Amino acid sequence: MNTIKKYLGIVWIFVAVAAIFFLVQSAIHNIKPNGTLDINKPMPWVIIIIIFIPIAVGLALFGWYAFKGEYDKSES
Amino acid sequence: MYVGNLINKNAAACMKENNKNNIWKVIGASSVGTLIEWYDFYIFGSLATIISEKFFPSTNPTTAFLATLATFAAGFIVRPFGALFFGRLGDIVGRKYTFLLTLVIMGGSTFLIGCMPTYASFSFAPYLILILRLLQGLALGGEYGGAATYVAEHAPEGKRGYYTSWIQTTATLGLFVSLIVIITVQKSLSKEAYNEWGWRLPFLLSIFLVIVSIVIRMKMNESPLFSKLKSEGKTSTNPLKESFGNKANMKMVLLALFGATMGQGVVWYTGQFYAQTFLIKTCGLEATQTNTWIGIALIFVTPFFVVFGWLSDKIGRKGIMLTGMLLAVICYRPIFKNMYEICDVKNRIEAASTITTTKKINPNKATDSLVVKTSNVVFTDSSKLLLTETYSLEKLQINLNAPIDTKKTITLASNYQWNIIGYIFILVLFVTMVYGPIAAFLVELFPTKIRYTSMSLPYHIGNGVFGGLVPFIATLITVSPGSDYLSGLWYPMGVAAVCFVIGILYLSSKKASGE
Repeated sequence: MNTIKKYLGIVWIFVAVAAIFFLVQSAIHNIKPNGTLDINKPMPWVIIIIIFIPIAVGLALFGWYAFKGEYDKSES
Repeated sequence: MYVGNLINKNAAACMKENNKNNIWKVIGASSVGTLIEWYDFYIFGSLATIISEKFFPSTNPTTAFLATLATFAAGFIVRPFGALFFGRLGDIVGRKYTFLLTLVIMGGSTFLIGCMPTYASFSFAPYLILILRLLQGLALGGEYGGAATYVAEHAPEGKRGYYTSWIQTTATLGLFVSLIVIITVQKSLSKEAYNEWGWRLPFLLSIFLVIVSIVIRMKMNESPLFSKLKSEGKTSTNPLKESFGNKANMKMVLLALFGATMGQGVVWYTGQFYAQTFLIKTCGLEATQTNTWIGIALIFVTPFFVVFGWLSDKIGRKGIMLTGMLLAVICYRPIFKNMYEICDVKNRIEAASTITTTKKINPNKATDSLVVKTSNVVFTDSSKLLLTETYSLEKLQINLNAPIDTKKTITLASNYQWNIIGYIFILVLFVTMVYGPIAAFLVELFPTKIRYTSMSLPYHIGNGVFGGLVPFIATLITVSPGSDYLSGLWYPMGVAAVCFVIGILYLSSKKASGE
């Protein structure tokens, strides 16, 4: 189980990077000057990407701790 | 000797009885205040259409921009910031005064929204409404952690899940009360009076509720665990640094977020709000019928917050919360598909229909003249469809007869009532499984001296950010090529699935001492 937890750490780091990439790419594709939906406006994207960067960093950090075996023991 | 023992036994029994009475006072005072805060936060969302009309006209780019900012910043930025700000305050000054302050800010902001002159008479109003909405988000960010911590620190070991679950009912009850108040005001007034001034009443009512709650809370004592720490001089001087700068605690904050609150937030939002939007916008179900049926489902399902909170004391928090997430991942698509099919007119036989056509000559100078075709269809099962198709007159004249806008509203026959209520019940039942035990779970994860700060942030990121993103990401997925009416569910299902995997692997069922 500890080995799975450890190697899944790499997956969490990858997911964190992929989430930011997905958000930035989606923002570029969906912001449209004449769009009427929220996803077409720049402001929601700016807010979401700004707030999501530290969350993604947190997920990557979680993945790093998991990879280092920091969660191997039951601590909660 | 015998008399002495008897007195001691009586004194112990009295003390036990007093403690029991006291815990119910604590739960009552905390829950009522938190319920009012949720009520205040929801009425702004429930009355968003009329607020936009009065304060943020879409024809003005500046006010439209402020409206977007009010929607997104209040949930995504200000709530987590409020969690940090008030969490820190609560760990330094104390729980009682901090969540009194959040109540005053929330109630005051809500009341002032109700008093605000409209944009038509006061051009600065949109800016003030934005500030007041941000204050609401800030107060909500601070309230929940305080109330949950306060109740948990009064609760005896082994009953935290049960006692804190009463706090967990407040988010659903706040939604329920806000719907009841709005529907009552709408039905008591004429449409003109409601549009003119009646919409302000739900906001103004808040001040009375808040005053009552403040009076009740003022009479309560500080949390015993925090008082003990304070008297020993062991409170934290820098809760933010100790919460997020300390590696051992930071690991727990990350685990709480990615292994519990992230999944809980999306399940909560999907069950309580996305289902409502799905029924009204995607299925076209009539709004009052939808809200009434949701209200009935909420009455039946709300007690399950307490049931699962109580059960979590017996069998552990982790199993219940993760089961709720797993069931949500498995059942969301079939449930939403069935709700859609119940409302789908393709599955019905038409019994009678009437068509009315009206012309609107230059309704708006920016567009040409319009032709509105309204069809009233009655089906053999007594369900009714109101189909409104809007055509451009110029395009009609050159045989381009596709409608530029189509709106369908279906009113289902009463024999479908329990099917829809049943599905809503199941969706919110998943919410009760993930949300009922979470306050006790978070409280037990962190030590008393930094508990308010440490538990508030993952809770509000999980609910405010991951949960709050559900409609936005769902729209994003739905407009992508190859998507269908169920595609928006991939986001909550994906987040809940990741959270389930993290939770099952990394979380332990072992409970912390709570000290």
